[in-house]
Amino acid sequence: MGAVQKTYQEINEKIRKGQAVVVTAEEMVGIVKKKGPVQAAREVDVVTTGTFAPMCSSGAFINFGHTQPPIKASKVWLNDVPAYGGLAAVDLFIGATEPAFDDPLNKIRPGSFDYGGGHVLHDLVSGKSVQLRAEGYGTDCYPRRQVEMTVTLADLPYAVLCNPRNAYQNYNCAVNLSQKTIFTYMGTLKPRLGNANYSTSGQLSPLFNDPYYRTLGLGTRIFLGGAQGYITWQGSQHNPNAARLPNGVPRGPAGTLMVMGDLKEMKPRWVLGVSLQGYGCSLSLGVGIPIPILDEEMAYYTGVSDEDIVTQVKDYSFTRPDPLCEVSYAQLRSGSITVEGKELPTVPLSSYVRAKEIAELLKDWIQKGTFSLGEPQHLLPTASGERHGIPESVLRSFENPSTD
Amino acid sequence: MYSRILVLRFPKDIVDKPIITNLVKDYGLTFNILKAQIFPRKEGMLVLELKGDRKDYERGIQYLKDTGVEIEPVAQGIRRDEEKCYQCGACTAVCPTGALHIKRPEMEVLFESERCSACELCVKTCPARAMIVTFDKILTA
Repeated sequence: MGAVQKTYQEINEKIRKGQAVVVTAEEMVGIVKKKGPVQAAREVDVVTTGTFAPMCSSGAFINFGHTQPPIKASKVWLNDVPAYGGLAAVDLFIGATEPAFDDPLNKIRPGSFDYGGGHVLHDLVSGKSVQLRAEGYGTDCYPRRQVEMTVTLADLPYAVLCNPRNAYQNYNCAVNLSQKTIFTYMGTLKPRLGNANYSTSGQLSPLFNDPYYRTLGLGTRIFLGGAQGYITWQGSQHNPNAARLPNGVPRGPAGTLMVMGDLKEMKPRWVLGVSLQGYGCSLSLGVGIPIPILDEEMAYYTGVSDEDIVTQVKDYSFTRPDPLCEVSYAQLRSGSITVEGKELPTVPLSSYVRAKEIAELLKDWIQKGTFSLGEPQHLLPTASGERHGIPESVLRSFENPSTD
Repeated sequence: MYSRILVLRFPKDIVDKPIITNLVKDYGLTFNILKAQIFPRKEGMLVLELKGDRKDYERGIQYLKDTGVEIEPVAQGIRRDEEKCYQCGACTAVCPTGALHIKRPEMEVLFESERCSACELCVKTCPARAMIVTFDKILTA
């Protein structure tokens, strides 16, 4: 039993009264360093995190309402981007990476992928009209074969963002050992270790601040695309048993989240279609998670800084399969790293500026009392075996608190 | 040493005349052509970096103007849509001049149009397509 114990109910009561102490994950670094995890847990109730980057495993379930006569839409396009119609009559799923049906793809390399599913979602959230086209094969109950209509998000009876994998806990740093430039989902990689690209918000990233998912699961309320959404399940490829540092943080890709939220409440600033040259279309999405400081262990985890987290440098040209080396996020953020004796510039694909904005927004919502914590009803699968808690040395160094 | 990246527009009637060579011969300037679009009897466009002593540079520019060449700084044709840019930094991987660079530790992505050479590599690298290059589009339109 730790020195500090708080429940979701207690923290929510404080939020309701406007008394909760909320700080961003960036601010928490200094607090824990100065006061230690026990004192930090006494003082801070919630730590807010954020991330804004391309998240390919995203999309939306949409129902476009019955037509007269009715159609069983088996093939559907939104602004010429194919959507999946293999659901009930007028239900569909539009995926973020689906390019427009007539996109030239990579026929002339590198393709530019100007418009796809992510752009459709952005246009909908922006309130723009979108051309919907559907075909059915005709049945006794659904005789109509074709429909074409212009819709806006407000017209649609139902539109829910439902992303099977977002907010990866850590991700590779990508380099290119080959002799030619390559165009990847990790951006443009120049030959012979020309640059090193990475894509997380580091110390601000949600899952770096709760490495064992102690507060994350079905029902955790989050910032999603500018609105309130929820974690609904572990994401695809969720791998809690990845190798970890002594502080509990995974050394490479590990946990992932499945998230959901009402598209109609989202804001275009946080739901953005993107084109990744030579790779395809995607969606850059804002996700932020409030981490409740239930005890000193959570304070310790949320105090993590860019110096304390690492990732693997990997070759994306299929020249070498094993990681080339391990680097810290402090090194990545400094602007250059050294790989195999060569100094190369580092390039972020995840917007630290926007991540910080999300953490600040979420902090503001909680302080105003418009956002309260959602207690998870079913936690994500976590690492088998025991958690690395707070190291004894850290606890000991703060045993005699300074009198400031 | 003075140096500037310029966009030069050559009206139809002078596009076939030797002009740049005189900048070297008569004014002692050096140049580095970054981009050129020239067709017989049509308006031509040249992006070049012009270097030399400040006085020679100014005399050279005057010569170009007297010849009928229109001169504009490259920055006028290139801009960033600040609404679209979400400050990730992907563009800094390809920018050869450092015009696009990151201010640390804030991680803000800055664009200094004076340092831009109009290579256009950022245009398709930017996931949000926030970089807009217009000076040669005007020409082809």
